[in-house]
Amino acid sequence: MRLITHNMLSCNIKGVANGFPLLIEAGKVIEKEVDFNPDFLRHMFAKIEWKALVEGARSMGYAELPEDSPDATVLDSDESFLKKLHHALLELHLEEGALVCPETGRKFPVNKGIPNMLLHEDEV
Amino acid sequence: MSNRPEIQAPPEIFYDDAEARKYTSSSRIVEIQAQLSERALELLALPEDGVPRFLLDIGCGSGLSGETISENGHHWIGLDISASMLNVAVEREVEGDLLLGDMGQGLGLRSGVIDGAISISAVQWLCNADKSSHEPRLRLKAFFGSLYRCLSRGARAVFQVYPENLAQRELILRQALQAGFGGGLVVDYPHSTKKRKEFLVLTCGPVQTSIQTSKDEFGESCSEDDNSEDEENGMVCVSDRNRPKKKQRTNKKGKGKGKEWVLKKKEQSRRKGNDVPADSKYTGRKRKSRF
Ligand SMILES: C[S@@+](CC[C@H](N)C(=O)[O-])C[C@H]1O[C@@H](n2cnc3c(N)ncnc32)[C@H](O)[C@@H]1O
Repeated sequence: MRLITHNMLSCNIKGVANGFPLLIEAGKVIEKEVDFNPDFLRHMFAKIEWKALVEGARSMGYAELPEDSPDATVLDSDESFLKKLHHALLELHLEEGALVCPETGRKFPVNKGIPNMLLHEDEV
Repeated sequence: MSNRPEIQAPPEIFYDDAEARKYTSSSRIVEIQAQLSERALELLALPEDGVPRFLLDIGCGSGLSGETISENGHHWIGLDISASMLNVAVEREVEGDLLLGDMGQGLGLRSGVIDGAISISAVQWLCNADKSSHEPRLRLKAFFGSLYRCLSRGARAVFQVYPENLAQRELILRQALQAGFGGGLVVDYPHSTKKRKEFLVLTCGPVQTSIQTSKDEFGESCSEDDNSEDEENGMVCVSDRNRPKKKQRTNKKGKGKGKEWVLKKKEQSRRKGNDVPADSKYTGRKRKSRF
C-alpha cells in the first residue's frame, strides 16, 4: 500500500466518527520506481490531506516533505517539490506493518503490502 | 441445476488458492475479463485529456481488470474479499494498491476523492446471504452509499454484472438509485445468450457536460439531460455492438413493425406461392425481451 491510498483510507467501523488518518506502524517499507507524471500530481493535489501525507511519509522513514501544505502555485514552478510529492505518494510501499484507527486503536494488519480492512461482525 | 459460483460457497471460500490460480491461468477468462474491463472503462467516459485518474476496482480479484486500467494509464485501488485472489495479484505484480475487504461492509474511503470506479463480474455476489448476519439489501445499501460518498461529483461507476434473475437485477439497480446515483443498464449483444453482457452505468451527482456528449451508446441513447429524478433514473439501454446504429434504434424503441404489417407481408408471400405459417393470435405479437 502506498501513501496515495493511505491518504484516502479511513476506518469504517460502525460508530467511529473520526477514522482518518489511520496511523502507520511500519514494519517493512520498500520503494518501487514509478513514471513521473506532473499532470497526475496536479490533479491529485487538491484531494490530498497534507498533514496526513506528511505524517504518513515520516512514519515510513521519508521526511523531505514540507510541514505545511504548500500553495498550489508550487505545482507549476517547483520541480523538486513535485519530485518529492511523487516519491511520497507513489513510490513508497508499506509492505509489512499495521494501520491503526485513530479513534478506537483497532489495528488493521498489513501483509505482503495488503492491508486487511475486513471488519469483525460486531464492527459492522 | 445452476453451476453459478455464487451459490456454491461464499466468495472468500470459493476463490481459494486453487481456484484463484485456475481462474487466472485460463486464457479464455483472461481474454473475456480484459474485454469486459475495456468496455467498462469506455463507459466510464473519463475526460480525454491524457491526465491519469485515480480509480477503484471493486472485486478486483487477481488483477485482470486492474491491468486494463493500468494499460490505459490510470492509477487504481483494488478491493477484494479473497486473500487468495489478491495473492495472485501480488505475484503478477499488478500496479494498483490492493486492499483485503468486503464491499458489503461499505468502503472506508474519504469523501469525493475517487475519480471513477469499475467492477467486473463481482457485484452479483452481494445478492447472496452467506452468513446469518447477512442481509443482501442492507449490504448493497452500505456498498452503494459508501461508493457514492467517495466518488467525486460527476464521476461514474460502471459495473459489469451477472445477476441470476430479474429480482437480483432489480435489487441491485434499486439500491444504486436509492444511494443517489443516476443511470441505468447498458446491454451489449442482447440477442446472444452467450455473448450477452450487461453493465450498470451510474453517475454520481450532477452530470458533467463532457460526459453527456460522449461517443458511446449510453451518451447517445440515454441522454441524462436536465435533472435526474428517480423515475427517470432507471432507464435501460439496449445496444447490440455488432449492429449498425440505425437498426439499433428502431429495435430499442420496440416499435416493431406491428401485426398489420406482418399480415400483409405474409399475404404477399402466400400469393407468390410460398409456404407460410397460418395466422394466429401470436402473429406479429411483440416478443418479451429475454430477462
Ligand atoms: C469473477 S471474479 C472477478 C475478478 C476481477 N474483477 C476480474 O475481472 O478478473 C469476482 C471477484 O469478486 C470478489 N468478491 C465477491 N464478493 C465480494 C465482496 N463482498 N467484497 C469484495 N470482493 C468480492 C471475489 O472474491 C472475486 O475475486
